[in-house]
Amino acid sequence: MTFFLGFLAGIGRYVLTALAAVGRIAIFASDTVSHLARPPFYAREFLHALIQIGWLSLPVVGMTALFTGGALALQIYAGGARFNAETVVPSIVAIGLTRELGPVLGGLMVAARVASSIAAEIGTMKVTEQIDALTTLSTNPMKYLTLPRVLAATLAVPVLVGVGDAIGIMGGFLVGVGRLDFGAATYLHNTIDFLETWDVLSGLIKGAVFGFIVALMGCYHGMNSGRGAQGVGRATKSAVVAASVLILASNYLLTELFFSA
Amino acid sequence: MIELSDVHKAFGNNRVLQGVNLTIASGTSMVIIGGSGTGKSVALKCILGLIRPDSGSITLDGLDVTKGDRDAFLARFGMLFQGGALFDSLPVWQNVAFRLLRGSLKRPMAEAREIAIEKLRRVGLKPDVADKFPAELSGGMQKRVGLARAIAAEPEIIFFDEPTTGLDPIMAGVINDLIREIVVEMGATAMTITHDMTSVRAIADNVAMLHDGVIKWTGPVDEMDASGDPYLDQFIHGRADGPIEAVR
Repeated sequence: MTFFLGFLAGIGRYVLTALAAVGRIAIFASDTVSHLARPPFYAREFLHALIQIGWLSLPVVGMTALFTGGALALQIYAGGARFNAETVVPSIVAIGLTRELGPVLGGLMVAARVASSIAAEIGTMKVTEQIDALTTLSTNPMKYLTLPRVLAATLAVPVLVGVGDAIGIMGGFLVGVGRLDFGAATYLHNTIDFLETWDVLSGLIKGAVFGFIVALMGCYHGMNSGRGAQGVGRATKSAVVAASVLILASNYLLTELFFSA
Repeated sequence: MIELSDVHKAFGNNRVLQGVNLTIASGTSMVIIGGSGTGKSVALKCILGLIRPDSGSITLDGLDVTKGDRDAFLARFGMLFQGGALFDSLPVWQNVAFRLLRGSLKRPMAEAREIAIEKLRRVGLKPDVADKFPAELSGGMQKRVGLARAIAAEPEIIFFDEPTTGLDPIMAGVINDLIREIVVEMGATAMTITHDMTSVRAIADNVAMLHDGVIKWTGPVDEMDASGDPYLDQFIHGRADGPIEAVR
């Protein structure tokens, strides 16, 4: 009986800790968003974040999309051959990339690159008292550090997803034409004919949500980093894990919302 | 005048401040001494509002520091942090002129840069340091840049957190002299926390000894050696035996 009660208490403690963390993140997110309506705004920090998060993530997102598009074309061709449906390769590659793989893989790659870097940077600033220094210099750290990064990621990741979609489709095209003997014109024709605006748009909306999640997790874990190198390391790891899991979970919810019958 | 009345602060079960009472008169230099982990930095951060005390009151010129316009309140302060706390991503001059480049004290960029270079010169650094990044400077130079940043907006009150920690004795002497000169020259109220007794004698008008979360002794620096307080005596002479446990 004592063991059973201890077991239940353990579950209760875990649930309460998890709920408290969700509450803290929700307050952090609402605090961040509320600064959108309250000047001053730090345009220079925003532009710097836009370059760091958007422009510098382009190579890794582009490479991911290119190889994924190519691999997808091979897989769909092999799978489609079982039903004599090889011709669906262009359209399935395009739909799969724009609706799912583009935003999800792009989001995960940005999470690995950006959430870790934000958490490490802000965590280091915290342990070296730079966050306290900002406050004593009459500068709100949420306004100066968090809002520019969250806003930049929310705007940059959809653009990255859009570019990634195009590169991924090109990857499929190169494999389709080069390895699977599709005609170039036919491949492009099938891609364009079957692709709907909503396929692309839904992926871009997902990208915006994933961008928000990535930067928010980076900033939250950085701001709450523990002391020393170990504390910053733990914050960095937590930021990447939390961002990745939240991207996958929110992807499911958004897919339900957008595409469930 | 800064006044702390019965200030308490605990972190979990660790009761750091247990009823701190302290008055710092305007235009004077108060140095708070005490062993590591006795709550000196916590007391300082409570005054600045970086940490909220659990109970008690802290007033600046009779006004509660937790109420009123926060920006206007912080604009009256300058602070030198223990490790410098310089922003790695900004060149030295932008660190020094940080407050002058944004917010209510914003100046044109050229003017802010000119002020930054003047403040760097004031702390003994050449203008060519202005365009370097903090990582390119030695510990002593970083402390001086931190000092230049603390005085850049000519604050009424300046806080110094362990200003000589990690410096060689000569550089520590240079920083102590600079602090004393600047405080006298600006007529600022200064509060320094340190456990370096050379700093205490160089910087202080008044001294307060913090131990076990309370002020054990406070008075003019001239009376420190003849205080008769066993805690203060043990601390200033660095004795292992006495009422302060060596193992804490």
